[in-house]
Amino acid sequence: MTTTALSVRDMLVVYEDFAALNRVSLDVQHQESFGIVGESGSGKSTLLRAISGLSAFQEGSLTVDSRNFNGRKRDREFYRTVQMVFQDPYGSLHPRQTVDRLLLEPLAIHGFDNVDARIARALDEVGLGSGFRFRYSHQLSGGQRQRIAIARALIVEPKILLLDEPTSALDASIQAEILNLLEQARRDRSLTFVMVSHDLGVISHMCERLAVMKSGEIVEILPADALEKRQFSADYTRQLLVASEGFRRD
Amino acid sequence: MSVVEQHLKPYSREWLLSDRPTSRKQARIGRAYVIWQRFAENRLALFGLMIIIGLLFVAAFADVLAPHNPLQGDLRYARLLPPGSDGYLLGTDDQGRDILSRLIHGSRLTLLVVVLVAVIAAPVGLIVGTVSGYAGGWVDAVLMRITDIFLAFPKLVLALALVAALGPGIENAILAIAITSWPPYARIARAETMTFRNSEFISAVQLMGASPFRIVLRHVMPLCLSSLIVRVTLDMAGIILTAAGLGFLGLGAQPPLPEWGAMIASGRRFILDQWWVAAMPGAAILIVSLGFNLLGDGLRDALDPKEAGQ
Repeated sequence: MTTTALSVRDMLVVYEDFAALNRVSLDVQHQESFGIVGESGSGKSTLLRAISGLSAFQEGSLTVDSRNFNGRKRDREFYRTVQMVFQDPYGSLHPRQTVDRLLLEPLAIHGFDNVDARIARALDEVGLGSGFRFRYSHQLSGGQRQRIAIARALIVEPKILLLDEPTSALDASIQAEILNLLEQARRDRSLTFVMVSHDLGVISHMCERLAVMKSGEIVEILPADALEKRQFSADYTRQLLVASEGFRRD
Repeated sequence: MSVVEQHLKPYSREWLLSDRPTSRKQARIGRAYVIWQRFAENRLALFGLMIIIGLLFVAAFADVLAPHNPLQGDLRYARLLPPGSDGYLLGTDDQGRDILSRLIHGSRLTLLVVVLVAVIAAPVGLIVGTVSGYAGGWVDAVLMRITDIFLAFPKLVLALALVAALGPGIENAILAIAITSWPPYARIARAETMTFRNSEFISAVQLMGASPFRIVLRHVMPLCLSSLIVRVTLDMAGIILTAAGLGFLGLGAQPPLPEWGAMIASGRRFILDQWWVAAMPGAAILIVSLGFNLLGDGLRDALDPKEAGQ
């Protein structure tokens, strides 16, 4: 049975008099992997930030697990359900905390028990052994940092994971590893993904459906395999596809 | 990870510098060791640290070290003896009291002033600054305008006004100095907080559902701490001088307490003929201030590499 995990209706985000999101609506099903692509400034990251409560939306509605949210206010229960992985692994880990502290924090906030075992398991799950547990973030490489960021998001056992270009700051070989790790986690935990990327290749690899965004609006929503069959209606999608193929070497 | 790394001898150099600490304790001690190494590279900073340790030592063992009673002198035979007199290494003052003994006991008062001011002013500045920087909006506006008001007064004048209102005495001098020295700390902490309040690692904690209180206390404050420690250490010289200034004006420690500033004040009357009465406490203030400044510089290089070399 597929039900709606996350639903956005007519979301409007205005900065001064610039509409970063102009009445965006989308529905993401349970256990679905939903991609959002678009050029820089198309509002895709703004959408994730508005969903997560990092920035406020002025109008519209957000429904997560049949609970309504608005503006910026999110309760603790929301963050048990929804977690986010950021783009820049160099900026998203606290510079003065060990991995242990980083992973302990969400457990402490949500009052989990058995924290030592949970931290050890979380590190194992992202392919880092206990040898990394007491390192500071400056003692880690970019890929390792992103694994820690993923472990931190997964440790509270969320149902929905928001991914804001999780691999664009990493080089190609590490990208593949991180994407495989995310795919594995999704299968193991039956997660729902909302993934933002400017890379059509990454999105079509990871996602079942995707939305194409431009200037704060959704141009179209289509299944990922429609991209390969070239069954899209919007001219902009075609341009985006051509642009991304232009850099392919095959 | 290799088996070898797991079996490093605790507290050995390799254990301290290991990239793969195996316990919370090892990670923390290792980090402290790295900071210590950076600090110890700086010879002048070590010299400053030695002065401060010397001050602590003298203050702790004042009763044993002082050759004479600091409060009661020998008015009959030992008035205004020059340095090097028999039994009075640094000479005596107008009441026949041994200046060395007074300096040794005065170190306790100096230390008391410095420590109490730091303990009162630094946390106040840290809290005001981080809350203001993190909250923004009207909270920021209100807190910063209050800070501005305190900053608008010259430090010594505001301290004078407070002492005048509360009455002279070392406790009131400490309170006055503390009240006048927190605003710069608040400014520093606020500026520092604002540089990372929108950073992703703070967003990440917000997304864990952490309360603003928790974020400020556990994630923002530790980051402001090192620059604050540096600043407080560098300010200690100024605190000592302000305390001495209040003492000099007769508003700090009251006679017969051997406070260094008050000692200078009492030596002023015969500064031309018996220069040592005022010069000795002056030298003590100079040396301790220098020690704190050198220590602060070294701490800045060790804790805050981005500001080093200024």
